[in-house]
Amino acid sequence: MLRYLIEKEFKQIKRDSFIPRLIFMLPIVAMIIFPYAANFDVKNINLSIIDNDKSSYSQSLIQKVQSSGYFRISNVSDNYSEAMESVESDESDLILEIPLNFERDLVKYQKADLMISANAVNGNKGGLGSAYLANIIAEYNGAIRMEHLKIVDNVSIPNMELIPLYRYNPTLKYEVFMVPALLIMILAMVCGFLPAFNIVGEKQSGTIEQINVTPVKKWTFILSKLIPYWIIGYIVLSIGMLIALLYWGLEPLGSLALIYFFATLFIIAFSGFGLVISNYATTVQQALFMMFFFVLTFIFMSGLYTPVANMPPWAQMISNFSPLKYIIEVLRLVYLKGSNLSELRTQLIALISFAVVFYGWAILSYRKTE
Amino acid sequence: MSSISVNNIKRNYGKVEALKGVSFEVEKGEIFGIIGPDGAGKTTLFRILTTLLLADSGEAKVDGNDVIKEYKDIRKKVGYMPGRFSLYQDLSVEENLKVFATIFNTTIEENYHLIEDIYKQIEPFKKRRAGALSGGMKQKLALSCALIHEPTVLFLDEPTTGVDPVSRKELWIMLKKLKKEGITILVSTPYMDEASLCDRIALIQDGEFMKIDTPENIVNAFDSELWSVKSSNMSGLLKDLRANNKIITSFAFGDTHHVTVKGLSVEELKSYLVGKGHTSIEINSIKASIEDCFLELSKSS
Repeated sequence: MLRYLIEKEFKQIKRDSFIPRLIFMLPIVAMIIFPYAANFDVKNINLSIIDNDKSSYSQSLIQKVQSSGYFRISNVSDNYSEAMESVESDESDLILEIPLNFERDLVKYQKADLMISANAVNGNKGGLGSAYLANIIAEYNGAIRMEHLKIVDNVSIPNMELIPLYRYNPTLKYEVFMVPALLIMILAMVCGFLPAFNIVGEKQSGTIEQINVTPVKKWTFILSKLIPYWIIGYIVLSIGMLIALLYWGLEPLGSLALIYFFATLFIIAFSGFGLVISNYATTVQQALFMMFFFVLTFIFMSGLYTPVANMPPWAQMISNFSPLKYIIEVLRLVYLKGSNLSELRTQLIALISFAVVFYGWAILSYRKTE
Repeated sequence: MSSISVNNIKRNYGKVEALKGVSFEVEKGEIFGIIGPDGAGKTTLFRILTTLLLADSGEAKVDGNDVIKEYKDIRKKVGYMPGRFSLYQDLSVEENLKVFATIFNTTIEENYHLIEDIYKQIEPFKKRRAGALSGGMKQKLALSCALIHEPTVLFLDEPTTGVDPVSRKELWIMLKKLKKEGITILVSTPYMDEASLCDRIALIQDGEFMKIDTPENIVNAFDSELWSVKSSNMSGLLKDLRANNKIITSFAFGDTHHVTVKGLSVEELKSYLVGKGHTSIEINSIKASIEDCFLELSKSS
């Protein structure tokens, strides 16, 4: 019976003109295009420069800024208000003002002021941009000091240099961080959204009533809805991992079996969440909106884009209730760090708990609405 | 033993009383009609009897099984055709039939004799998706699917709503045939003219049965004088008829008005209407239809 119903589901999925294509387009688009877009490295910051000094020192500073690769000099203004105008017209993101007598003050008093103003409408760009710029200026400052001190006396001065070593993602590539997480986002869509919409669709078209008046058991019916999407989920996950390998050259350091094991747990748990939604929604539209609301919350609270540690304490609390958080952690850890099962115990317990809670909730809410 | 036995079933939706305590019995092999307007509680009753909905109070048995305690047994042996087309629109005619045959652990071949007459008509389109069928063909497919497991009781909720006259007629011929096979049929309809095709009918209004009897008995029990009245100004006529205090009821009935009167002769009414300025007046004494009975009953209740 179950086998026949699953066959019927596959027949219907195949017959749908839209869903099968979407199922295969999703991992391709998400895995290849999203990592480029969801990149927090800030490049091509438009910089407006006001050089009141026009000295050789100011020129070499500008050159240093330009050669850093992060900035594009968008305009050179004579005064601050002119520079402000270029910010207002969105031509520039950042203003660097070099005061009159910059060179003189620096040579004479070993001290000079510079002003950086940032357009913080895009806080990320403004913040990172001014940080980069401050770094470059500090470096420049160091170089000048060295030169001067060398002139004064030829004694080497103790100098401290920090060499950061980025473990697990040595080149700090954003894609490496994003790709494993995106795999999960796709899985959540296929295994959470689709079966929920399918069940609500049957509710809406009345076919579920017709099935309810037959000896088909409720669980047989629900499993016949879930299993096809679990299978599709595995296929999509595998396609995604293949893209990660072939396109991004990303191979999991940990075991593949572990990834599939956790993916199974997540698929089961998250489709349980879909069932909960399907119990409350009477139309596909409602289900869509409910899903959207929760999945958006889950994604933003999951650490997919921003590290959970960056969130305020209350948001960190909420993030504990996002199943996506745990599975994304698992994927990142297994992919980048090669963690094994014993190191992932927290995530294992969390995902099992989610599965239990979601199915318990689904059963209870189903009884209530009957 | 009654095939369906309902005892004081009540069901509310919030504050709305959909069923205010209905009771009736249906014998095996009987075609029992539930006749009433939209919103009278017909579908609620069907959903309770097909175990899709729980009644607030009262008892009901279908083919000897309690609708609450033995719902699983009922689901094995009843056929249900909801008012709305509820088959898989993206599956073909044949596939839909196969789904329901398989679910009931049977095959199309095994019970083909039951559906043959009706399925033959849609068989030429068996590869067509159910969603692309016409209204009448959809009904035939739905009936085939409801019959494929040889049910003992068949529930048809408004099977003729939105169906063309020819298909309606065919459906009723089919029901008579199924009756001969010993299948009990509970059918609801808002069409009063279909009532006379049932063995017995219940007239339902606002969640209550007004009367349960054979269509003949119900018609014969109509004891008022009934006339059909016509004139050149029909809307003005209805107003004038209602203004006359010797006319008890007056309803618009297609191209005539039906009135029941007390202590009034045809000549008196004619002169009354002429006095009101009506021309080409026609007044005929007629035999009551189910609809007249329904309106009479709903007026008095």
